[in-house]
Amino acid sequence: MNLYHYASPSTFYPLAGKLIPWFAALAFILTVVGLYISFFVAPTDFQQGEGYRIIFIHVPAAWMSMFIYLVMAFWSAIGLAWNTRLSFTMARALAPTGAMFTFVALWTGAFWGKPMWGAWWVWDARLTSELILLFLYVGYMALQAAIDDPRRADRAGALLNLVGVINIPIIYFSVKWWNTLHQGSSVSLTRAPSMAMIMLWGMLLMALAAWMYTIAAALARSRTLILERERQTEWARAQLEGQS
Amino acid sequence: MLKFLFTVIRRDVLLAARRRGDWLTAQFFFVMVVSMFPLGIGPEPGMLRTIGPGVVWVAALLASLLSLERLFADDYRDGTLEQMLLSPYPIALLTLGKAIAHWIINGIPLLLIAPLLGVQFNLPAEALWILVLSLAIGTPILSLLGSIGAALTLGLRGGGALVTLLIMPLYVPALIFGAGAVEGVLSGTGSEAHLSLLGAFLMMSLLLAPWVSAMALKVSVE
Repeated sequence: MNLYHYASPSTFYPLAGKLIPWFAALAFILTVVGLYISFFVAPTDFQQGEGYRIIFIHVPAAWMSMFIYLVMAFWSAIGLAWNTRLSFTMARALAPTGAMFTFVALWTGAFWGKPMWGAWWVWDARLTSELILLFLYVGYMALQAAIDDPRRADRAGALLNLVGVINIPIIYFSVKWWNTLHQGSSVSLTRAPSMAMIMLWGMLLMALAAWMYTIAAALARSRTLILERERQTEWARAQLEGQS
Repeated sequence: MLKFLFTVIRRDVLLAARRRGDWLTAQFFFVMVVSMFPLGIGPEPGMLRTIGPGVVWVAALLASLLSLERLFADDYRDGTLEQMLLSPYPIALLTLGKAIAHWIINGIPLLLIAPLLGVQFNLPAEALWILVLSLAIGTPILSLLGSIGAALTLGLRGGGALVTLLIMPLYVPALIFGAGAVEGVLSGTGSEAHLSLLGAFLMMSLLLAPWVSAMALKVSVE
């Protein structure tokens, strides 16, 4: 199979359409199994009680939030280097999902923080860098929304995305350092207690589910973006007429 | 090459000198934002001293963002920018020159006003000196990174607010190290580490920002 064959929007569009149900189904099954393990099989944590179960959502969301930004940067770099429209479309399609996971990670983190730390929000290094990551996603999407010309939106977004990716480690370490100088964080997430195997499984399944969901959502969104952009071409017209 | 750079800088500085109202706005914005904080928080000297460095730094970020929107916009509107892009010199030199000019116009006055504002916030003399030093190293970063944002948002609707959204997260390290240096003096842990990191960040911005900004400019103008 020639992968380049699918680098063109007109061939990628039907392929994405075929793949979406598979990834969506996988995401659904993995979520169900993952949630079952997280809530019914995994034992209660003797220190944190039942409240710890939020990590089964929180940790996968946090992983995905960072990972998606990296994947976006990968597509942006490919797009800038080889001038492929589809790569920009993928980066663009991933952004809202990434922002959603960032928000979920922050939100569930607050829910976890209230009973465990006694505060909805602390200026911990991880929380702060996650918040700034959310700002980076928002900036990317705001830039895309403000530019009408799709070619310019693609490139401008890709550049911003790459600058962001260079900056993320600097931001993370500066925030970490700022935090340790200001006040010692009373609870450290890095001193994670050795986790029971079944908990790890639950988390991994949920992470896989989040991954599959991301692929399905990004493919679905990229299909819409492709149709919007290629609406003047013949095959896109045929698609649109077939739908209506 | 250097001559081109100097010409760009000289031209921008000259233009700013002829239209003083424009750049004075950003300076007074800086002074006013800083002066609003004691009014909102209360005049206790201890409290003011703690928040002083951070407030001055945040105000510096905002003031630089306020003036950034115009970095390329005026030249873009009257067509000068396109002519400049057609010149045989690398565009990175143009963006570097523009950023340096922006720093001369908006950064240096900030350095001169900052000690006065520091006195308002009850900072000791030693901390004032470090505040100026940290701003001297930090404000060029703001101009350099800001030039990327200005180039990306060239000619877009709501350019000003958009630049803020794009660039503010990238300013975070500069803010932390800059305000941290002054804080270090106040708490007695010293400021060298912060200043060195700020310097490192400046070097990195100096190396990368003009190129990215040049690419962004090409994307925006073509």
